[in-house]
Amino acid sequence: MKGKHKIFLGYAAGVGKTYQMLEAGQELRRKGVDVVIGYFEPHGRKDTIEKTEELETVPRRASSYRGSTFEDMDTEAILRRHPAVCLVDELAHTNVPGSERQKRWQDVMVLLEAGIDVYSSLNIQHLESLNDQILQITGIRVRETVPDWVVDDADEIVFVDVTARALRHRLERGVVYSTEKAHKALESFFTEPNLNALREIAMRHTAHEIEDRISDLQESAGPNPVPTEFGGLVQTDRKDCVLVCIDERPSTAIVIRRAKRVADYLRAPCFAVYFTQDSSLNLIHGMDRDMVEKHLEFSRNLRIETTILEGEDMPSAVVDFARRHRVTQIFMGRPERRNWTDFGRNSDLHKIVSMARDMEITIVAERRRSS
Amino acid sequence: MATSQDRRRDPEELLRRLGGGAERNAHRGRLKLFLGYASRVGKSFRLLDEGRRRKERGQDVVVGMIQPKQPPDVQKLLEKLEIIPSDGALDVHAILARRPQVCLVDELAYHNPPGSRHAERWEDVEELLDAGITVVTAINLQHIAEQQDAVERITGKRRTETVPEKFVRTADEIVVIDAPPHDAAADTRALLELRELALLLAAEVVESGDIFLGSQEKILVCITPRSNVKRMLDTARKIADRFHCEILVLNVRQERLAGKDEELLERYLSYAGNVGGKTHVMEADDFATTVLEFARAQHVTQIFVGHSMRSGWKDLFFDSPLDKLIQAAESMDVRIFPHDDPA
Repeated sequence: MKGKHKIFLGYAAGVGKTYQMLEAGQELRRKGVDVVIGYFEPHGRKDTIEKTEELETVPRRASSYRGSTFEDMDTEAILRRHPAVCLVDELAHTNVPGSERQKRWQDVMVLLEAGIDVYSSLNIQHLESLNDQILQITGIRVRETVPDWVVDDADEIVFVDVTARALRHRLERGVVYSTEKAHKALESFFTEPNLNALREIAMRHTAHEIEDRISDLQESAGPNPVPTEFGGLVQTDRKDCVLVCIDERPSTAIVIRRAKRVADYLRAPCFAVYFTQDSSLNLIHGMDRDMVEKHLEFSRNLRIETTILEGEDMPSAVVDFARRHRVTQIFMGRPERRNWTDFGRNSDLHKIVSMARDMEITIVAERRRSS
Repeated sequence: MATSQDRRRDPEELLRRLGGGAERNAHRGRLKLFLGYASRVGKSFRLLDEGRRRKERGQDVVVGMIQPKQPPDVQKLLEKLEIIPSDGALDVHAILARRPQVCLVDELAYHNPPGSRHAERWEDVEELLDAGITVVTAINLQHIAEQQDAVERITGKRRTETVPEKFVRTADEIVVIDAPPHDAAADTRALLELRELALLLAAEVVESGDIFLGSQEKILVCITPRSNVKRMLDTARKIADRFHCEILVLNVRQERLAGKDEELLERYLSYAGNVGGKTHVMEADDFATTVLEFARAQHVTQIFVGHSMRSGWKDLFFDSPLDKLIQAAESMDVRIFPHDDPA
């Protein structure tokens, strides 16, 4: 039987994922479960290192690459040792070139296949589908990523939380990084707005993962006595339904996030549409097509149902779709300045506004970062 | 003190006061909240552990309230902390006299025994905050008043001891305790649903600090006798509650109104005042320009208008005031509301 995978999900380094994972390992050990540490990154954090006491560690495998020595998880040794549960830190890690597998998450898949349960730790910014969002919010391109399906397939996800303020204090006190590194981090990645944005994304992501698991339970349990038509969520009296219009601009990501937030808040279903005159997307410019595909992918990962609309006329295709799905709210980005020569009553936006007079329409402006 | 008298009598008034985040007392203590989704997810431990760490860092910490009968790990933490004895209700008097920097209060949702200083524990906490004491406390999602419909649907019962969500949202910091359900035999589905609600609520609280949408939000609601004013204002109020932001309400008069419309508008303006909007009436010919000038001067970030902001047959040939507004609103969101509620 395949092993079970439990992920301790955090929103940044230093929130306490590893600590909580080790704590869970300690609890298993006390209960007499055969648990080992497969990989642990101490980062010189005293409290965390203390949590490894009395836990067995499978030694790392050293290999040299271009004259330096690197240490990675020794997956083969863990397979030979075959514990019931293995603790694996930093799921997004990239192994040294020439290793059996490129990524640590692939090693974890091997352990799970062999019937070993795995507890792992992961930060939200390493999730592949969030890569662009994270870049937009923090200005930093995260290089090590984990495919979303790894998280979707996990049996359990635990969100490890701490406030942004407390995390910054931890950095200031030198708990997370050395003082010099901490100072740089506090000014770049670990600013309060960045951390709050990452934290919100991580919370919502965990909530959406939980919602999927509720739907799975529902399916396996057969017809449910409590009729809920959207995941396990409550329907409000007025049935809201949110639609977001995707276009080729990077800023659409913000519109998608806004729309999904509103849908979450209203416990309403959420759809995303992209209109094209050619549904194979072949006519769209290469770069634009990549962007559209990213937006569609991002929407799907937020559990938004995506549709590509084909037709002659964008406004009628969008409004038709909205009516068919009983949409009550539409979210759209604001057209850019350069397209405004024809912005009057004949533009697509204005046609939608005048055709969908029974719906709430929000035209989202591009906000500049206020900090 | 008159204020504490008032507070005792009218929690509603207190809540209204909390809504206007801008007028907060500068010496107010910070409120930090641990939010769990069920009992026995480890809230008490996290609460006391936070107290221990603060004490080790030199803060003056006391325990104002802790539930009896705690597991050994919690007992061990308790031994390291000073406890202000209580008999059911928080001993607000004793805590105020002791004046710690930080007071730990387990289980925020609690009806105080009759004859206590306040009817509810969250009102006691409010008084401590007002006196400049930082309060760290814990609550279970199932005890939030506004969540009771969902809680009943999920668990089959409503809770009587509750805290208004508005108070929860005033927390300076909120931390989710997301330990997965311990008991494998318990109703997994119910627990998952409660977990999801707790995470979404916390996300909403965190969201108010968003860099793209957040602290400087300001909503302008443009009303006419023909707009769906109730829906627009209720939506604005909900957003204002989430983001602690200001609502402005504007009526631009282009011509003399019929007597009936005049009455309607009066009613709308007074409703606007009731939901906390600052009302303005301006006389001008050009709707779009007037609204935009006002909005820019007031640093508005979102404009609410009705679809009804049109001028009939002329729209076929000219841009309507609505078209002009959308066109020129640049850095502001424009939200257009249907004339009639579809419900």
